[in-house]
Amino acid sequence: MLGPNLFSNYAEAVAVILFGIGFSNLLLQRNLIKKIIGLNIMDTAIYLFLAVKGYIAGRVAPIVVDQVQEVEAYINPIPSGLVLTGIVVSVSVTAIMLSLTIRLYRRYHTLDLDEISLQLKKEGL
Amino acid sequence: MDFIQNFPFFSIILSMFSGTVSSVLPARAAKILNTVLISVVGMMSAILLVYLMGTGESYVYWMGHFPAPWGNEIRAGVLEAGMALFFCTIMLLSVMGGRKKLIGEVEYSKHNLYYILTNLLLSSLLALVYTNDLFTAYVFVEINTIAACGLIMIRQNGRTVEAAVRYMIMSLLGSGLFLISLCTLYDMTGHLLMSNIKEAVAVLSQRQEYQIPLMTTIGLMCTGLAIKSALFPFHSWLPDAYGYSTVSSAAMLSSLVSKGYIFLLIKIFYRVIGFDIIVHGKIINILFLFGLLGMIVGSLSAIRENDIRRMIAFSSVAQIGYIYMGFGLGTESGMTASIYHILAHAATKSLLFIAAIGLTDVSGGSRRFQDLTGAGYRHKIAGVAFTVGALSMVGVPMFSGFVSKLLFAEASIGHTYKMFPAVIALGLSTILNAIYFMKTVIRIYVPEKRPDYEVITVKDEKEYSLTLVCFIVLNVALGMLSQPIEGWIHAGLAMFG
Repeated sequence: MLGPNLFSNYAEAVAVILFGIGFSNLLLQRNLIKKIIGLNIMDTAIYLFLAVKGYIAGRVAPIVVDQVQEVEAYINPIPSGLVLTGIVVSVSVTAIMLSLTIRLYRRYHTLDLDEISLQLKKEGL
Repeated sequence: MDFIQNFPFFSIILSMFSGTVSSVLPARAAKILNTVLISVVGMMSAILLVYLMGTGESYVYWMGHFPAPWGNEIRAGVLEAGMALFFCTIMLLSVMGGRKKLIGEVEYSKHNLYYILTNLLLSSLLALVYTNDLFTAYVFVEINTIAACGLIMIRQNGRTVEAAVRYMIMSLLGSGLFLISLCTLYDMTGHLLMSNIKEAVAVLSQRQEYQIPLMTTIGLMCTGLAIKSALFPFHSWLPDAYGYSTVSSAAMLSSLVSKGYIFLLIKIFYRVIGFDIIVHGKIINILFLFGLLGMIVGSLSAIRENDIRRMIAFSSVAQIGYIYMGFGLGTESGMTASIYHILAHAATKSLLFIAAIGLTDVSGGSRRFQDLTGAGYRHKIAGVAFTVGALSMVGVPMFSGFVSKLLFAEASIGHTYKMFPAVIALGLSTILNAIYFMKTVIRIYVPEKRPDYEVITVKDEKEYSLTLVCFIVLNVALGMLSQPIEGWIHAGLAMFG
């Protein structure tokens, strides 16, 4: 049961694996830029998942071209809408993370979060 | 439809627009707008609460006049309205209490930015409280995170930026988990509105279909929100974020931001998955375990701390543990106790943060315990307020913390497996709480002549003293009026059903 399902839904499996890669990068990398890349991989994996789930082979986007065909001809537009909203959210958090990274780099001249913590301890703030 | 039913929507949109408008206002005008806004939203929530108490049933508000499976919805019941009122009260008091300090902590030209963030925080909290749509909840979770991150880093030193980065990383991990669980839930049920998902989940569990994916989804959702609200193993970002940000930010972060996520989790339990499925799903047992560990470990870390603000921050870890332990009991009385503790902790923790700043002000700005000796005499009202907060956190009768601890104990009695661990952890954690809070109270009341430190009286800081008095009244009110508040929580949970 597991085998054929896994292969016919390979795109979802890829999305979940990518999510795992992004998640562990965001959690475990010490370099801030690598962390941010991990965040983007994680978010993009979710959009891949949504896009794959929202598409049904043989149907088209619900845009009326000549006249309205039957319901079966179109896909549900909501997953695509969710992807767009998600991209907006992800862009804004990435921007915040990058700006914070710039601030830290200007101050401590390193991107390594542990190194920054060490320097903070030395500052004794 | 009554006009009052528009109030949840008005509150959210007003606070969002005030945030936008504040960006072009000078600092003073932004401050006034912020105060007026929070008061107006608080009043609207109070009117809504009275109205809902009168009608006795919740209502659903269509956003954009599309009916159920398509449109976006807001839903209001007594619990939501009351929570909104409570959040507004705490936010108003926290901002008032830290206002004088803000001048020293943040450049004056950036004050309007501070009020933008506060307004956005309020709008996202209100949206988390009122929304009936899971994806809207996700978007506002992110807005909440961004606003909270801004509130941490607006005070400019290396510590706060580092704390903000750590906070963002943990929060983003949490929102990532929340988003993927939301997508798989949408995949399984085909809906995003909470009530529709609940119907679909009930059908799935009746047919015994998709049981493993459903449990995984619930697990991911709980983990995501637990990371964001700093449940025990995920609390590493918390002490820095609360300990070094401005005092109002610390008060708001500890008492509002984490509570918003917890309230969303309660809504998910009741309105999305269904409480019975959650209770049968074993995931609450994990929440229970980590809640217990958090109660102990948070208190132990607080005892080791030599910095008063970081000590209060670690105490939050323990209190969040209490709330999750209440969830873990899996009974309605456990849930009531948790919701009561949300109120008690929010009222007490913001009081403690604000009072602690008064004590450090009269100790040469130092936050170490050695320097705080005798601070209760140099700043009398802050000393009294800190004592009230400490007594409430320890759980002395008359104050808010006592009632929630009593409710936790009552809820755990009679539980087959969870009674002993819960009661033992409650007792142990109370003793540990008493150790570090009483240690501090005794220290601030040890008489010591320090002529080099200034003495601040009530007349010097009128607004600050008024805030502390309001906080004390709120704490005592929560401690004395337990019956009506419990009745309100029960009514609210019944409306969730």
